[in-house]
Amino acid sequence: MAQLNLNRVEMPKQTPEQRAKNYNEVALGYSWEQALEEAERCIQCPKHPCKAGCPVQVDIPEFILALREGRMEEAVKILKNKNSLPGICGRVCPQETQCEVVCTLAKKGGQIAIGRLERYVADWEREHMGALPATPAPPSGKKVAVVGSGPAGLTAAADLAKMGHGVTIFEALHVAGGVLMYGIPEFRLPKEIVQNEVNYVASLGVEIQLDAVVGKLMTIDELLSNGYDAVFLGTGAGLPMFLGCPGENLCGIYSANEFLTRVNLMKAYKFPEYDTPVRIGRRVAVIGGGNVAMDSARCALRLGAEKVYIIYRRSEAEMPARREEVENAKEEGIEFRLLTNPKQFLGDDKGNVVAMECYEMELGEPDESGRRRPIVKEGSEFTIEVDVVIVALGTTPNPLIAQTTPGLETTKRGTVVADEVTGKTKKDKVWAGGDIVTGAATVISAMGAGKRAAADIDKYLKGE
Amino acid sequence: MYKILLRENLVPNIHLFKIEAPAVAKKAQPGQFVVVRIDERGERIPLTVADWDEASVSVVFMEVGTTTRRLATLRAGDAIADFVGPLGLPTHIEKFGTVCCVAGGVGVAPVVPIARALRSQGNKVISILGARSKSLLFWEEELRSVSDRLIVTTDDGSYGRKGVVTEPLKELLEGDEKIDRVIAIGPAIMMKFCAKTTEPFGVKTIVSLNPIMVDGTGMCGCCRVSVGGVTRFTCVDGPDFDGHQVDWDLLLARQRTYLDEEKRSLELWQHQCGERT
Ligand SMILES: Cc1cc2nc3c(=O)[nH]c(=O)nc-3n(C[C@H](O)[C@H](O)[C@H](O)COP(=O)(O)OP(=O)(O)OC[C@H]3O[C@@H](n4cnc5c(N)ncnc54)[C@H](O)[C@@H]3O)c2cc1C
Ligand SMILES: Cc1cc2nc3c(=O)[nH]c(=O)nc-3n(C[C@H](O)[C@H](O)[C@H](O)COP(=O)(O)OP(=O)(O)OC[C@H]3O[C@@H](n4cnc5c(N)ncnc54)[C@H](O)[C@@H]3O)c2cc1C
Ligand code: SF4
Ligand code: SF4
Ligand code: FES
Repeated sequence: MAQLNLNRVEMPKQTPEQRAKNYNEVALGYSWEQALEEAERCIQCPKHPCKAGCPVQVDIPEFILALREGRMEEAVKILKNKNSLPGICGRVCPQETQCEVVCTLAKKGGQIAIGRLERYVADWEREHMGALPATPAPPSGKKVAVVGSGPAGLTAAADLAKMGHGVTIFEALHVAGGVLMYGIPEFRLPKEIVQNEVNYVASLGVEIQLDAVVGKLMTIDELLSNGYDAVFLGTGAGLPMFLGCPGENLCGIYSANEFLTRVNLMKAYKFPEYDTPVRIGRRVAVIGGGNVAMDSARCALRLGAEKVYIIYRRSEAEMPARREEVENAKEEGIEFRLLTNPKQFLGDDKGNVVAMECYEMELGEPDESGRRRPIVKEGSEFTIEVDVVIVALGTTPNPLIAQTTPGLETTKRGTVVADEVTGKTKKDKVWAGGDIVTGAATVISAMGAGKRAAADIDKYLKGE
Repeated sequence: MYKILLRENLVPNIHLFKIEAPAVAKKAQPGQFVVVRIDERGERIPLTVADWDEASVSVVFMEVGTTTRRLATLRAGDAIADFVGPLGLPTHIEKFGTVCCVAGGVGVAPVVPIARALRSQGNKVISILGARSKSLLFWEEELRSVSDRLIVTTDDGSYGRKGVVTEPLKELLEGDEKIDRVIAIGPAIMMKFCAKTTEPFGVKTIVSLNPIMVDGTGMCGCCRVSVGGVTRFTCVDGPDFDGHQVDWDLLLARQRTYLDEEKRSLELWQHQCGERT
């Protein structure tokens, strides 16, 4: 066997100084030579543990082999066989805790950069092939309504259409794509890539009805009695949580959802050319330690803030955000105030937030999540001057659908109860998958759920 | 795209658009609203449903800033990019007895369907319609036709009674007839003073709050208000709330969040269309 090469090929990035001032993609992607060099490091292990680390079991060694032998069209096919959104997953999957962490070379610190290779193949497809012409099965005469157009809904819709079913997507917002469009910023996931995927789904014959708030415009029961044979719910977890501490409704305090929606979906970074405003803070505090917090902080910086803080109540080790994004945020100059939690917000006479009083925290015994529980240090209060605050504490499913759908069982956390494998809910003819079932999770897990539900719906529609 | 079927100029700066939207029309109920976006670059703004039939929904809007002024340049036959609804909870309608409906300015448009629904449930409806001056008054006849009694006020006395709506409201509450409920819709400041007027009389007063919104579906929390000390999202928990419980100062402050940006946006647009300020 040839000598092991443990040197991961780094992906070129915009410098921190450059990228802190623009919305272009931070990571620039491999060149052909770089992709080849990285692909050649893969030892094609017979047990390929990487595969099992991927929530949708992408045939990783096979696509890497095709790539390094220059069989690009085949690499694309292999990838897309399991993952219909490789250009997106290659960019945003938490590979470091999924496929890459179990790579045989990881023990020696040289795990293959699977995500970067996946992105390379997907980008190659976009540039060289356009979307593959799909060959749908003969029409089944059955109709399926897919509610929500995030990764779960898009994947379910695409698979169902390929199986020959008539599919309509109902989406509440004015564009399709879910969090991929309104949440994850352009500099991490270019919107053009998302729209390409949406166009591909539409090209399969899927009808996409925008501006359609299910639960208001029509209920699930109405869809079922108006000609749809099955319904897939992929409405995500879109309800923002707040801290519930004094002063939280002052002007200048946003939920991450509002801030990111204004910036990404409504393009407030191009205000006034685009008409939706957002407050550009001088000193911005983002509360939370996940991907959403990192995205909010980095957006605030790009809007022109002088100082951006991440306020997190535990230590860096417990941060749920992707490692890579924490590093990117630090390089760009975001200041991390760890073991810190807000007590209250202070306003001026016009109701604008001007400061935040915080506690210092310390870590106690591990809690249910296995992470050490943060405890308030009594008497440790101190004040930070801020003029914009972004609360990124997480989200739960919007109750709109549950409230208007009798027979749909939900948990105390507001998530919909569905079979882990098939996505079947307790209600007849209704399936669900993605964040609406798991609570806020990942793109790839939502996609996987959409795929499995589509397979089960197909079985049901064929009377199996 | 949603086509404008008919456009009516009600008073110089207030317009009615009848918009083709059969699915929304089928579900619309008094008190609900729609979110409108003109085009790709436009902001999402909420407008209350004023009327609807089989195929269309009518909204009435006042020109205040960029979006509403841009809307006002559109004509019948033009179309807008988005028209989402019906959103929010419908106004609670049942037989209360005698209900006083107070409409201020553009608020008359949403009040008409509410008064009509109240009437059809057997309520006696006494309406108060207020405007700054006679030239800004519209839908007087529409409101009269769905009310048992109508009182009109103008701030400058150019028509009807001189003064503001809270004066006849107070007289009604002091009068012999028992008022079972008050519904007030108009500018926030008017609703605040209506609530202040009715509070000593202990008459339940419903107001329709108008904070800044983005999605209108409960996803962003921009529309949060404080009612009875609890934070609520206007777009899904409202827009109707108990006026005696509303933190009015918070609502008024949050409505002013983007004063500077709104000015910049308006200046840009006026510059682009060569209009003088
Ligand atoms: C800022 C941010 C950053 C993230 N970063 C990452 C990351 O780096 N990597 C990663 O893997 N994951 C990341 N995630 C998580 C990931 O985006 C989600 O787990 C994933 O998008 C969930 O997909 P979904 O299809 O279940 O729902 P969503 O993407 O939430 O889509 C749901 C769609 O349904 C629509 N909808 C809701 N209610 C209705 C209704 N009543 N009627 C009609 N339509 C409705 C919504 O408008 C939305 O378009 C991030 C999330 C956020 C918010
Ligand atoms: C539930 C609800 C129902 C409404 N119904 C009507 C109606 O039937 N007729 C009518 O004329 N007006 C109605 N409004 C108010 C209307 O939405 C605003 O006048 C409009 O958004 C102003 O936009 P603009 O760009 O023209 O003005 P701007 O210059 O942007 O703003 C002028 C003022 O309008 C408010 N405003 C701005 N943007 C928004 C927004 N996105 N959402 C809400 N308010 C905003 C602000 O308080 C601001 O001070 C309603 C508001 C709400 C919340
Ligand atoms: S989809 Fe995600 S987890 Fe699976 S192989 Fe690709 S990058 Fe890894
Ligand atoms: S585990 Fe790593 S080295 Fe082995 S096949 Fe998978 S990617 Fe290649
Ligand atoms: S407008 Fe976004 S939650 Fe109400």
